[in-house]
Amino acid sequence: MSTQTTTSAGAVSLAARGGARPRYADNKPAWLFLAPFVLFFALFLVVPTIYMAISSFFNTSIAKSGLGSFAGFANYQEMLTKREFWDDMWHTLQFTLYTVPPLVVLAFVFAVLANRVRRGQWFFRLAFFVPFILPSATISLIWVFIYAPGNGLFAQIQTWLGNAAPTPVLADPKTAMVGVAIATLWWTIGFNFILYLAGLQDIPRELYEAAAIDGTTPWQQIRYITIPLLSRTTSLIIVLQIIASLKIFDQVYLMTSGGPGTSTQTAIGLITNTAFTDFRSGAASAAAVLLFIVILAIAAIRQLIERNQERTA
Amino acid sequence: MATTTGSGISAAAPPARAPRTPSGNSTRTFNIVCGVVLGVFAVVWLIPSLWAIKTSFTTNAVSALGTPAILKDTSPTLASYLALLEGGDIWNWYLASFLTSAITVVLTVVFASMAGYALSRLRFRGRNVVFGVMLLGIMIPGQVLIVPIFEGLGAVHLLNTYWAVILPQVPAVIAVFVFKQFFDGLPVELEEAARLDGAGYWRIYRSVIMPLSKPVISAMGILTFVNVWNNLLLPLFVVSNPKLMTIPVGLATVQGSFGQRYSDIQASSLLGALPLVILFLIFQRRIVEGVAGTGLKG
Repeated sequence: MSTQTTTSAGAVSLAARGGARPRYADNKPAWLFLAPFVLFFALFLVVPTIYMAISSFFNTSIAKSGLGSFAGFANYQEMLTKREFWDDMWHTLQFTLYTVPPLVVLAFVFAVLANRVRRGQWFFRLAFFVPFILPSATISLIWVFIYAPGNGLFAQIQTWLGNAAPTPVLADPKTAMVGVAIATLWWTIGFNFILYLAGLQDIPRELYEAAAIDGTTPWQQIRYITIPLLSRTTSLIIVLQIIASLKIFDQVYLMTSGGPGTSTQTAIGLITNTAFTDFRSGAASAAAVLLFIVILAIAAIRQLIERNQERTA
Repeated sequence: MATTTGSGISAAAPPARAPRTPSGNSTRTFNIVCGVVLGVFAVVWLIPSLWAIKTSFTTNAVSALGTPAILKDTSPTLASYLALLEGGDIWNWYLASFLTSAITVVLTVVFASMAGYALSRLRFRGRNVVFGVMLLGIMIPGQVLIVPIFEGLGAVHLLNTYWAVILPQVPAVIAVFVFKQFFDGLPVELEEAARLDGAGYWRIYRSVIMPLSKPVISAMGILTFVNVWNNLLLPLFVVSNPKLMTIPVGLATVQGSFGQRYSDIQASSLLGALPLVILFLIFQRRIVEGVAGTGLKG
């Protein structure tokens, strides 16, 4: 069965070996089963992608119907030479750099520790995972309140620690992005935590038992068994995380609306502002296509790495 | 609480055997240290939520005074919650979020499982093409498409309807692959028996495959529900009528309009999340399995 379904090559060979049913026996029912999903897939993923690519070459406006006048590469030229575009891409990258390493390392540490604790796992899952299912709006309202300058919890903690003039985290261009990143770390670590816990389950216990009999310390076990065997999970988490960070919108929109100044404005923020505030959806599409290419490239790199890993494995 | 990720897969040697190995005692000490470190982190992780809960149960007058006043306050009150529930806004938001999430779940689960069934079980021309295009589809970052989706919905006059929130979220490609993966693991014999009895494909899908797929159906259903409930970007731009706002969009409008009423703000943020927390407490295993499935098998 597994050979029949995992690859169509398997299905072909099975049929060729004299299987009861010919190669394309199910043409009509298969397309009927696929039709509803494929319709939605085409309408809300494929067509918008194509339309986005086309309108990026036109002076399309949300205020008017139709594509508008042809612009050639003007939208791209504008974006690639505009200070704001590069600033916002830099902010996006900044956010990615602040969030990805702790979200990978801490999630790994938490999962390895939780996997060793025999009782009360439900408690850790509750503590780390529940924030992940909360709406970003809830997260933002909670953290804006914690960061409230003067009387918020974070300012109070700084005062207790002897800092007479606490930093207003979100009001200072130097720290605003760090503030958003901390809220994001708190919010999303549960997802990676669960992925790592699931990965840890797949490591056979015998490996650890054999290592323990050989007298290895727990550190050595983590170094030589856990980390290498979780490398696939780690590369998956890193890529998922980078892509998610490049698409950041909610927290910034809700916590700082891109401010103070434009110090936390990110790529999606630029896209939505250009389209819905300046009504220039053609220019917004050009920015979206550029971001799209970056994300696609990262996803493609991961595919290549994974293929290499499979080949060497 | 049955913990699938729990004791059974603990990396350490079982307690009865631990003392026999030379490193048994140090392993036990190590495990205790692990537990303590993790406990500290877990408590740190709980502080923001507990702080929001504590604030929501004080009065606006007290919370406006700041952190020390909130900490000292010892007379919890439901005033903020009652005011919100009387106001009516939150009920509109609940209705919008429930309707859009529930309808999207039904459409996604039915359509994605049908597509997954075809890709897993049926042999047809173009299978590889469909498979490849869908794989590419996983990589398409949905948020980036907000502008063309907005324009498309505007062109067919669906802006400011629930459908504008529902329809673009139906094609969750990852769900197709999770379903396909699950169907691949089902024994083929039952299907063959049904086929001998004269059952058609639709009948097999409905009466054989789907009843066997309850775990993956509920996992995908709950995850889709959480995703749609929490989506901010799409409803923020395709819905401007306050009556149709979902919880996240409604909450986004709260901060400005409430000014310094910190208790009300925290109460509304927690009310917005409450249904999901309840969902988590009831279905936590399914949610956790769903996350593990989307990550590892996608």
